[in-house]
Amino acid sequence: MRTCLVVDDSSVIRKVARRILEGLDFQIVEAEDGEKALEVCRRGLPDAILLDWNMPVMDGYEFLGNLRRMPGGDQPKVVFCTTENDVAHIARALHAGANEYIMKPFDKDIVTAKFQEVGLI
Amino acid sequence: MTPLEYEFLRKLLKERSGLDLSSDKQYLVESRLIPLARRAGLADLAELVQKIKSGAEAVTSDVVEAMTTNETFFFRDKIPFDHLRQTILPALVQARAHRRSLRIWCAASSTGQEPYSIAMYVKEFAALAGWRVEIVATDLSNEVLEKSKAGIYSQFEVQRGLPIQMLVRYFTQIGELWQLNPDIRAMVTHRQLNLLEDFSHIGTFDVIFCRNVLIYFDQETKTGVFERLARSIEPDGVVALGAAESVVGITDAFKPCPDRRGIYRPNADRSARGGAAPLMPHSFRVVAAR
Repeated sequence: MRTCLVVDDSSVIRKVARRILEGLDFQIVEAEDGEKALEVCRRGLPDAILLDWNMPVMDGYEFLGNLRRMPGGDQPKVVFCTTENDVAHIARALHAGANEYIMKPFDKDIVTAKFQEVGLI
Repeated sequence: MTPLEYEFLRKLLKERSGLDLSSDKQYLVESRLIPLARRAGLADLAELVQKIKSGAEAVTSDVVEAMTTNETFFFRDKIPFDHLRQTILPALVQARAHRRSLRIWCAASSTGQEPYSIAMYVKEFAALAGWRVEIVATDLSNEVLEKSKAGIYSQFEVQRGLPIQMLVRYFTQIGELWQLNPDIRAMVTHRQLNLLEDFSHIGTFDVIFCRNVLIYFDQETKTGVFERLARSIEPDGVVALGAAESVVGITDAFKPCPDRRGIYRPNADRSARGGAAPLMPHSFRVVAAR
């Protein structure tokens, strides 16, 4: 079973994302900010990361930069999932190594389409 | 709605759009037509039926449009678009090298996600640079064609099937909406067209996408559409059908391409026997600049 790390400071969003992704046969690990997500990744890299942008302690953008610099950190497919819905943020995320980008609000169809797009379904 | 009113509407929809409603779809008709009746200032479906019977053509067209299903999204089902990029376009680049032009038809194109998906792939297909490629989008409904022409989509619509890189490359953000850039919109021409009627006037095509519309038709209507499609496709052209659609048991005008699910070619054996009508003369073709 593939693993997905869900990183979001909202427990509600994490719960919704978990439900959708478990329905797509992913095993879910959760983290509430970028720093905790990095700790998870140091213990073992997931196949996918669903990543919020704005979070306390370490935001999603900074986390992505740190992840991609880790040994093997280029492997996980990173899908941003954020309310930052403008082109500038999207372009910045892609430049930093994001594979896909979900603009909140989202639903199961969108998550499924994006995970298909990065080849995980 | 009385059984007689339902039968009247069923027959009307079959004749006008080919929609083949089973006898248990009253709920669908009611859910879509009661709001329409109220907007038209009518009390209920009984009054709507009377209005149609009196010859009110505008209301009748609205009824037909309201009952058509316009579900679509960018790169729907992915596989036919992979075939287009990986095998169909490369083969056509070789086969049409002498004329450097292509015609692609999206039948029942709805709100435009399918023809624009094709347009984006054509744009990215380097070997077609400098070619004249016409993408014709047709639909029964003028309402969806108008939306398609505008090329404006909601945040939800651009997140279903469209890779994020393509969103950034080919769309402009307008508040919470996204509009396809003018160069992509200019690659697609729009026409109102009913698949139940003769469509020989739009000429012949190298590729036809006719997806997820035949499922709403009965067997006889499907056969008729396939016969007309056979006259509209080049002998070496290809037709893409929806994932739930097939020619098997319906027509021998086309045969499936081995290992390419959903892709069909004209049946050359049948054409040789004179089963299909002659192709449109080359001079009839209208090809717009890409």
